[in-house]
Amino acid sequence: MSAKSVTTATFQADVLDNPKPVMVDFWAEWCGPCRMVSPILDEIASEYSDKIDIVKVNVDEEPELAMKYGVTGIPMMAVFQGGTIAKQMVGARPKTAIVEDLASFLA
Amino acid sequence: MREVIIIGSGPAGYTAAIYAARAGLKPLMIASSVEPGGELMKTTDVENFPGFPDGLLGPDLMAKFQEQAERFGTEILLQDVVEVDLKANPKIVKCGNGDTFEAKAVILATGAAYRELGLPNEKALSGHGVSWCATCDGFFFREKTIAVVGGGDSAMEEALFLTRFASKVYVIHRRDTLKASKIMQDRAKENPKIEFVWNKGVEELLGDPKLTGVKLKDTVTGEISEMDLDGLFIAIGNDPRVWLVENQLELTEEKFIKVDGRSSKTTIEGVFACGDVIDPTYRQAITAAGSGCVAALDAEHYISSH
Repeated sequence: MSAKSVTTATFQADVLDNPKPVMVDFWAEWCGPCRMVSPILDEIASEYSDKIDIVKVNVDEEPELAMKYGVTGIPMMAVFQGGTIAKQMVGARPKTAIVEDLASFLA
Repeated sequence: MREVIIIGSGPAGYTAAIYAARAGLKPLMIASSVEPGGELMKTTDVENFPGFPDGLLGPDLMAKFQEQAERFGTEILLQDVVEVDLKANPKIVKCGNGDTFEAKAVILATGAAYRELGLPNEKALSGHGVSWCATCDGFFFREKTIAVVGGGDSAMEEALFLTRFASKVYVIHRRDTLKASKIMQDRAKENPKIEFVWNKGVEELLGDPKLTGVKLKDTVTGEISEMDLDGLFIAIGNDPRVWLVENQLELTEEKFIKVDGRSSKTTIEGVFACGDVIDPTYRQAITAAGSGCVAALDAEHYISSH
C-alpha cells in the first residue's frame, strides 16, 4: 500500500481528525532525498497499517500547508496525534532509523 | 564468499568498484539506502572534474560513475552497513535489513558527514529555518533573508546557489579571510546579493518553533549582536564517517582512518580505505577517485597473494 496524497481540502479529515497517529511526509518532485525516502515510507505504511497512517503532502502543490507548519526543509516527516505534531524528523534516513523513531506510535 | 566488498558510493567507492570489477573481482558495493552517490548528489555544477570541459551536475556525474562500475560487473546494493567484523577471516559485513556478507577484502569509502554547530536547539530548528543543503531547501527561501555559516568552497557554493531564491544572503565567518578557492571567493564577492559578516561566530539560534535570527559573537572583540534571519545554512565542514570501524581500526589524531603512507592499507590486513574518510586535506571528487583507484589496486594485490 503506498502512502496517499493529502491536500489542503482533505487535511482536516485525513490528518487532524484521524483517530490513528498520522505521519505526514512533506515532499517535492525536485527533491532527491525525498525520492529516496518515499519507497521506504510506503513499506512502513503497509507493514504498520493497523498502527499508523502515512500520507504525503506535495509542497509545490500545497504551499499553504507547508507554510502553516513552518516547513523549510524536505523531506520533513511530521507525526500528528490528536491534531497536533507529536514528533518530527527531517531528511532521508534508513528504514531502521525511521521505524526506531516511530517506536512509541507503533507499539 | 565475496572477493571484495566496497562500503560507500561516492567518487572513491565507485572508482574502486570500476578498477576491482575490471580486475575480475566481481565487487559488491553497499551504497546506502538513502544517500547513494554520496556528497556530490547534493551539489549542482561540477566544473573541475577533468574530462568534462563544460561542467556537469553532481548527480549526473555520479550516474556516469555508476554506469561505468556496473558495465564491468559491480553489484550494487541499496542498503546500509550497520556492523562489520574486520579482524575475522573472512571479514563480515552486516546490513540494516539483516543481510550478512563475507569477503576476503573490504574497501571503506564511507566519506564524511556534515558538521553541526553544536547548539542546543539546532536539531529542533532543523527543517524550520536551519539547513545543511541549499540545493534541497533553497526553494523555501524565495525573497527571504538568509545566512550561510562557513568560509570554505562549500559555503561559497551554497551562498551563490541561494542567491537564486533569497533577496539577501549573508556569509558569516569566524575569520576575516576565506579558505575557499580564489574563483569561488571572487564569484561570491562580486555577487550583489551576498554580504560578508567577518569575525563572527554563531552563539545562539533564536526562534521557536521557527528560526527568526541568530545571536553572534565577535571573535576579536567579544561583542554580542543579533541578526534577523529567515534561514541559516550551515557549511562549516565535514567529519569523517568512522563510527562503523573506530573500535577496530587505528585512526589518526584528527579521527580519520589511518593508512600506511601513500597506500590505502589500514591497520588490519585486507582492509583498505579511500576517499574523504582518510583525507583531512584535499577532499575533492578527483582526489577521492584517485584514492579509490589505489584501494582497488591494493585490494587486488592482497587477494592475489593470499
